[in-house]
Amino acid sequence: MVIGVLALQGSYNEHIAVLRRLGVRGVEIKKPEQLNSINGLIIPGGESTTMAKLAEYHNLFPALREFVKLGKPVWGTCAGLIFLANKAVGQKEGGQELVGGLDCTVHRNFFGSQIQSFEAELSVPELAATEGGPAHFRGIFIRAPAVLETGADVEVLAAYLKSAEVYFLFIF
Amino acid sequence: MRGLKDSSSPTEMSGSGVVTVYGNGAAITEAKTSPFSVKVGLAQMLRGGVIMDVVNAEQARIAEEAGACAVMALERVPADIRAQGGVARMSDPQLIKEIKQAVTIPVMAKARIGHFVEAQILESLGIDYIDESEVLTLADDEHHINKHNFRIPFVCGCRNLGEALRRIREGAAMIRTKGEAGTGDIIEAVRHVRSVMGDIRVLRNMDDDEVFTFAKKISAPYDLVMQTKQLGRLPVVHFAAGGVATPADAALMMQLGCDGVFVGSGVFKSGDPARRARAIVQAVTHYSDPDILAEVSCGLGEAMVGINLKDEKVERYANRSE
Repeated sequence: MVIGVLALQGSYNEHIAVLRRLGVRGVEIKKPEQLNSINGLIIPGGESTTMAKLAEYHNLFPALREFVKLGKPVWGTCAGLIFLANKAVGQKEGGQELVGGLDCTVHRNFFGSQIQSFEAELSVPELAATEGGPAHFRGIFIRAPAVLETGADVEVLAAYLKSAEVYFLFIF
Repeated sequence: MRGLKDSSSPTEMSGSGVVTVYGNGAAITEAKTSPFSVKVGLAQMLRGGVIMDVVNAEQARIAEEAGACAVMALERVPADIRAQGGVARMSDPQLIKEIKQAVTIPVMAKARIGHFVEAQILESLGIDYIDESEVLTLADDEHHINKHNFRIPFVCGCRNLGEALRRIREGAAMIRTKGEAGTGDIIEAVRHVRSVMGDIRVLRNMDDDEVFTFAKKISAPYDLVMQTKQLGRLPVVHFAAGGVATPADAALMMQLGCDGVFVGSGVFKSGDPARRARAIVQAVTHYSDPDILAEVSCGLGEAMVGINLKDEKVERYANRSE
């Protein structure tokens, strides 16, 4: 099995390193044609505006949308989540292009500037039940996005609660 | 003391109200904690990106539009600081606020080395990163800011491995080479990157018993030297800076092993800033693809006017701090 990691900008090296630890082959994806040879795709964290610009320069959006439509598994972390959302708010002037495919609305950089970045323990009982492992996961929120709404078909695996509102984090 | 009849003891003095000591004489603000992982986390997000110097909101938007992963808000780019001379200080907070409002990408700003009050002000503005920079005039020629006292993360310059690890021990969550800012001459940046990477290669092959003496030789904390040996790289994100003027310069820094690039005067002192900015961003992503590098390097207009560092009279900003 070969997993592609979108390697335009951001923490793609870290994702490839984790794949290597798991014994899975990870390859860098920088061009549209490279998507043809992979079984699944990870869109890593980074600066989503930058990643969108670079994807636009090299005409990656049509190929990425096609890949999502094929139903092959796609994982989005942080900026990758923004890429996969059907709708995003809090963007730069003029907006930014999205890949879409995940029925939700994302708020970019929801918590504020770096001073508001934080760590928190998240409860992940379903993951623990189905995959094993601990019932908690340490989440690091660096200028993180939040999911404001999700469609009916989206299953929420974990949520972080702040001032009585719920911000969803992991959606597949 | 002859002739001086001191009637009051120090304890009496302190309550007499003649001269009151501010904050019990402590110069440093109370330590605020932010986990180091959170500070390092943002730098990790910036990897593979370009951070550009901007002097107003309009330039910040051009940088964002070109695909910069962050901007550095300043009053004067290094080339102008060199040309105009005088004392270079932290930028006007009003300017930094305007730039922060203009863009959604992270905003950094520079504080003078050792000027922890400028850093406190920048932290209060809610920007994302502080560059404790030798490009500004020094405020303290012996001590850097104790960066553990801040919640906001810092990036610091280095010329070699020892200097990088000393800054990390002071709390820096990101390292950049010093290079020579405002010259458009890449030679010093290459020297500094090669020095850091070369020392790490030597360290990796070193017997554990020899690391103690090596740490002493490069004047760096032993534990960080050992961590660097185990990781085979600096324990924090490592960008290149100082003299990057073309897409090829940026790709050279990436191929030498850096995680990303700062571009100071190179973009907005050139003939066509928007185009050059975009080309440098693409060069950093596709740094190992000569075909794309050739394509993006075409027709960029004039590069910034360079200052050749062979000229001994050119001031070396890199040597301002140890």
